[in-house]
Amino acid sequence: MAAADTLAAARPPANRTISWLVFAIAIALIVATPFLPNYHVRVLNSLLIYILLGIGLNIVIGYTGLLDLGFVAFYAVGAYSYGLLASPQLGLHMPFLLILLVAACLGAVTGILLGIPVLRLRGDYLAIVTLGFGEIIRIIINNLDWLTGGPQGIARLDKASILGIQIARPIDFFWLLLITVLIVGTVVWRLERSILGKAWAAIREDQDAARGIGINTTNAKLAAFATSATIGSIAGAIFAASQRFVSPESFTLQESVLIVLMIVVGGIGNIFGIVAGAAILILLPELLREFAEWRILFLGLLMISLIIARPAGIVPRSFGPEKLIRGLFGK
Amino acid sequence: MLGNLIQQTVNALTIGSIYALIALGYTMVYGVLRMINFAHGEMFMLGAYVAFLALSLLVGDVGMSGALALTVAFLVAIFLVGLIGVGIERVAYKPLRSSTRLAPMLSSLGVSLSLVTGVQILAGPQPVAFPSFFPVVRYQVMGGTITLMQIGILIAAFVLMFGLHVLVNRSRIGIIVRAVSESRPTAQLLGINVNGAISMVFFVGPLLGAAGGILYSSYYGIMSPSMGAVIGLKAFTAAILGGIGSIPGAMLGAFILAFIEVWGTALLPIVTNGVLGTEYRDVLAFAILILVLLVRPAGILGEAVSEESIVYKREF
Repeated sequence: MAAADTLAAARPPANRTISWLVFAIAIALIVATPFLPNYHVRVLNSLLIYILLGIGLNIVIGYTGLLDLGFVAFYAVGAYSYGLLASPQLGLHMPFLLILLVAACLGAVTGILLGIPVLRLRGDYLAIVTLGFGEIIRIIINNLDWLTGGPQGIARLDKASILGIQIARPIDFFWLLLITVLIVGTVVWRLERSILGKAWAAIREDQDAARGIGINTTNAKLAAFATSATIGSIAGAIFAASQRFVSPESFTLQESVLIVLMIVVGGIGNIFGIVAGAAILILLPELLREFAEWRILFLGLLMISLIIARPAGIVPRSFGPEKLIRGLFGK
Repeated sequence: MLGNLIQQTVNALTIGSIYALIALGYTMVYGVLRMINFAHGEMFMLGAYVAFLALSLLVGDVGMSGALALTVAFLVAIFLVGLIGVGIERVAYKPLRSSTRLAPMLSSLGVSLSLVTGVQILAGPQPVAFPSFFPVVRYQVMGGTITLMQIGILIAAFVLMFGLHVLVNRSRIGIIVRAVSESRPTAQLLGINVNGAISMVFFVGPLLGAAGGILYSSYYGIMSPSMGAVIGLKAFTAAILGGIGSIPGAMLGAFILAFIEVWGTALLPIVTNGVLGTEYRDVLAFAILILVLLVRPAGILGEAVSEESIVYKREF
C-alpha cells in the first residue's frame, strides 16, 4: 500500500497547460479547416487517412508487439473494394456505407488469412513474411488486369454519398475522416484498456509467459490482425472514394514502411504518438514542398536524429487520451 | 533445348552470385547485431556510383586507361563504400545499440532514404549508362550463348566469397566476428573487442554489396539512385531463405532465388497453361519464401532461433 502511495505521488501530475494547449490546437485546426483552400484540406485529409492507418497498424505493432511490414495490403483490399463495387469496372454501383461494411469484413477476413500461417513466426521472420504478403497482393493487383485494371488502375469511381448527402468536396471528406478517426480512435483506445488489450500487452512483453498464465495467444493475435486489417481496409475504402481512382502505385512497400515509421517516430503504442508521427512525416514534406528533393533528404536525416534522440518516440507513452482528459477536466 | 538449358543456368548463376554478394551483408549484420539493415541495398547503389565517379576521374583526369583503370576503380569503390558503411554504423546505429530492436532498423530506413535522395540530388534521379567492365565476347557452348562478362562476374563473385570464407573461418578477425555473432554479452565478458568486430562487419558487408552493385550495373549497363531498393529486397529475401545469420545460407539462398526467378520465368506460363505469366515470377519467389519459413522458420541453413535475442533485448 505504501509503495502504491509513493508511486502515485511520484507520478507527475496531469499537466493542465499541455493538455489545454493540445486541445486548443486541435479545435483551432478543426474550426479553421472549412476556410482553408482545397489544397490544404486535401493535405489534412491525407494526414487523417495516415492517422487512421497508423491507429490500425499500431494494434499489431504497438500493442501486440508483432512487426507487420505488409499492412498496406489491407489498405489495398479496402481501396479496391470501393474501386470494384462503385465504378463502371464491373458495372456495380453500391452505396458507400454498404461498401464500407463489405470492405471492413473483407479486411477482417484477409487479416485472419494472413494471421493463421504466421502465428508460429516471431520477430524478423514475421516481418519478412508479412512484407512478402504485401508484395504478393500488390503484384497480383498489378497483373490481374481483367479485374483490377492492372497498372492503370480503376478510374471514374462513383461519388460517395451517405444517406443522400453527397460527399464529394475535400471538406466533406475532412468531416467524414475526422468522425471516422474519432470513432475508431476511441474504440481502439478502449480496446487497449479491455481484457483483450491486456492479453495483447502480455503477448508483447513475453509470449511464453502470456501462454503460461492461460491467455489464448492464437486467438488474441488473430483478433489483433483482424482488427488492424479492418481499420486499414476502412481507410482504404475512404481513400478510394476521396481520390475516385485506385491504382497499385498507392500500395507499395514504402507505404507500409512509412506507416511503421509514423508509429515509431511518434511514440509506439500511443494514439497521440501516431498523430504526432503522421504530422511530422506527412505534413512536413508538404510544408517544405518548395525545397523539392531536399525535403526528402531532410526528412531522412530528421528520422535518424529523432530515433537516436528519442528511441521511444516523441510523445511519451504515458501521455495518452486518459492523461489529456485528466488534464482537461479532472485533477 | 540443351543450349537453352545451359544458357539459363549460366544466367541464373550470374544473377545468383550478385544476389549472394549482397545477401552476405544482410546476414553478417544480422549475425552480430540481430538487426535488419534496410540501408544495405543502398551500399549496392553507392558501389556503382562511386565506381563510376572513380572511373571517370581515373580516365579523364589521371589519364589511366583500359583494364588498369577498371580494376583500380573497382577496388577503390568497394573500399570506399566499406568505409562509408563503417561511418554510417558509427553515426546512425551505434547510439541505438542498447535501445529496442526496432530502433536501429528504422534508423537504417532513414539512412536509406537519405542516401537515395542524396545521390539523386548530386547525380540526378535519371538512370545513367554504366560502362561494361568486360569486353563483349560471346562463346557458343552446345548451342547456348555465354558472355565473357558472365564468366567475369562469376569469377569476381567467387573470389570475393572465397576471400570472405577465409576471413571468417581462417583468421583472427573471423574468430572475433564469429564469437560476437554467437553471443555478444559472452564475447564482451571475455574481453573481445565487440566494437571492432561490428565495425569489421560493417566494412566487409558494404564492400561486398558495392562489388555486387558494380557487377550488376556492368551486367545491365545501367545504374540509378533507386536501384538498391528492389535488389536489396531480393537479396534480403535470399538471406532469409537460406537462414539469416548464416553465411553459407546466404549464398545458397541467393542461388536458389536466382534459379527460381530464371526458371520461374521460363516455366510458369507453361506449367499453368498461360494463366500465370512471367509477371508472377516475384509472387513465386515470395510464395516459396513463405512456404520455406512455415516449414523451417529459421530458413534452410539457419539454426533454430535462439531465444537469447529476446532475453537480452526487447523487441519493441
